[in-house]
Amino acid sequence: MVHSATTHLDVEAIRTDFPILHQKVNDHPLVYLDNAATTQKPQAVIDAISAYYQNDNANVHRAIHKLGERATIGYESARKKVAQFIGAASEREIIFTRGTTEAINLVAASWGRKFISAGDEIILSEMEHHSNIIPWQLLAQEKGATLKYIPFTEEGTLDFTQFELLLGKRTKLVAITHMSNVFGTINPIKRIISMAHDRSIPVLLDGAQSAPHLPIDVQHLDCDFYAFSGHKMAAPTGIGVLYAKRARLENMNPYQGGGEMINSVWHDRATWNEIPHKFEAGTPNIAGAIGLGAAIDYLQSVGMENIALYEQELTTYALDKMMALPGMKVYGHAPERGGAISFNLGNVHPHDMAQFLDQQGIAVRAGHHCAQLIMQKLDIAATTRASFYLYNTFDEIDYFVEQLKKAQSFFDF
Amino acid sequence: MNPEFKELYQDIILDHNRSPRNYGKLEGATHVLDGRNPLCGDHYTIYLKVENGIIIDAHFEGSGCAISKASASVMTTSVKGKRIEEADQLFKVFHEIVTGEADIEETFDSVGKLAAFGGVADFPVRVKCASLAWHTMHNALHGETNSTTTEE
Repeated sequence: MVHSATTHLDVEAIRTDFPILHQKVNDHPLVYLDNAATTQKPQAVIDAISAYYQNDNANVHRAIHKLGERATIGYESARKKVAQFIGAASEREIIFTRGTTEAINLVAASWGRKFISAGDEIILSEMEHHSNIIPWQLLAQEKGATLKYIPFTEEGTLDFTQFELLLGKRTKLVAITHMSNVFGTINPIKRIISMAHDRSIPVLLDGAQSAPHLPIDVQHLDCDFYAFSGHKMAAPTGIGVLYAKRARLENMNPYQGGGEMINSVWHDRATWNEIPHKFEAGTPNIAGAIGLGAAIDYLQSVGMENIALYEQELTTYALDKMMALPGMKVYGHAPERGGAISFNLGNVHPHDMAQFLDQQGIAVRAGHHCAQLIMQKLDIAATTRASFYLYNTFDEIDYFVEQLKKAQSFFDF
Repeated sequence: MNPEFKELYQDIILDHNRSPRNYGKLEGATHVLDGRNPLCGDHYTIYLKVENGIIIDAHFEGSGCAISKASASVMTTSVKGKRIEEADQLFKVFHEIVTGEADIEETFDSVGKLAAFGGVADFPVRVKCASLAWHTMHNALHGETNSTTTEE
C-alpha cells in the first residue's frame, strides 16, 4: 500500500529544493533520518550565503560604504525575520548567538551571575540535553546554588506532581526543554510557565527541537527566554538565537566584552550599547544570520503549520510500523510528541544498528544523545534514534523499517 | 551488503557476540579491572587468574556493541594459558590488526582468530570498540587499578 499524507505539503517538490538528498550512500539512495542532530539545507539557503559573499560581504554597522550598508541591512533584516518567526514583540529582543548552547550559556552568565546567589535553586528536568544542564551546573558551582530536577514518567513526560513540590521560595529559574531530543515529548509549556509565573519565577525554554518543527509564538507562550539553533532548521551551523523579554535584557550584564557591544570607552570603564547589540561583542556571523533568514523564508513558504502536521503524520506512521516489530522498545510515548524516535530492537546494540543502517544508505544516530541523565534513569547505555524533517517520505519510513528487520536477523538474537 | 561491512562483521565476530566465551565472574581472579568507553557506554570487567606468570584463566562480563563484545570474548580465549609476555605480544599484534598496520596474510598462522578483526581498520570510529577489552586486560596485568577508558 502506498501511503500518502493528507496534509497539504508537496514533499516531492520540497525534496528537489535540497540538493544533498539526491545522492547514493553505500550504493543506496540516501535516507537522512538524523534531523534532530542537524538538518539539510535547501538551495535557497546555500544561494543566500553564497550571494552574500559574492556581492555584499563587509563588516556590519558603522561602515560608511555601500557594501557595509548592504551587509548591515542583510544582517538586521534577518533579525526582523527571526522576531516575526517566533512572534517576538520587537527585533531588539533577538540576540544572535552561535547556537542554542551559546544562548543558554549567555543567560547563565549574564542573567544568572547577576541574579543567582548562594542557596538559590534552579529547576531543570531529567530529560534535558547537556546544553541545558552544564551551564547551570557551572553557575550553581560558582554561586553555591542548587539544581533540582523534575523527574520524567515511564511515558517520557514530566512529572507535574514532583514539579509542584520542587517549586519553592528559593526557586529562581525554571529551565526546560520544549521538545525532548530523545523522547520526542512536546512538553506542556503553557502549564509549566503558568505554574512558574504564579510564583514570579522566570522560565527559559530550550527550543532547539521545537523551533524547527512547530509554529512558535513566544508572546503567547509567555516564556522569558527562548533559545534555538539555526542548523536544526535548514540554516547553516554557527548561528542561533536567544530571545528574551526586553525588560530582562535591559537588566542583564553584557555576556562578552569587545567591539560592537559598547557605546563609549574610557581607560577604566565603558558604557554599553543598547540591546541587542550589548550582547553581540565582536564581528558576528553575518553570513550565518542571512542564511537563517533565508531558511525562515523557506520554512514559511511551506508553512510551519503544514510542516508540523506532515511530521505528525510521518511520526505516527513510523511509530505504528516500528512498534509492530517483535522486540521493539520505543522510549517515549507522550500524548503530544514530535518526530524524534529513540528505540532499541532486540539485543542489537545501537552502534551495530547504526552501522548496519548506514551501509543501507540510512543515516540515524546512536548513542546517549547528549542526555546521559535519561540513559542513567532508563539504565541503558544508548539508543538508536531516527528523526524526521519536512523532506522525509512515507516510502523512506517503509524502507527504514524493512532494514530494521534485516538488521535484527543479521545480528540474530 | 558491501564488502567492507562484511569484513567488519565476520562470522567469527557475530558468533562470539551471540555466544560469548568465558562470560561471567571468575572466582579466585588475581587481576580484576573495569574498562569503559564513555562515549559509547561500552563497559566490561576483565577477570584474570595469573599463577607463576601464566594466565591460567580469563573471563569477562559487561555490555557493549557486537565488536566490543566479540573482541572481549576472543581476547579471553586467546590469552588463556599464555605467559604474561605472550599476552603483551598478542595485545600489540591485535592493536596492529585493528589499526591496519599488520600484514594479516603473512602473520595469519600466529594470530589465528584475531585476524577476524582486520575489517575494523576500515571503520576508524570502531577501533575503540575493538580495543577496549584488550587495553583493559593489558592494564590489569600491569598493575593499573584505575578503570581503563578509551578516551585519552
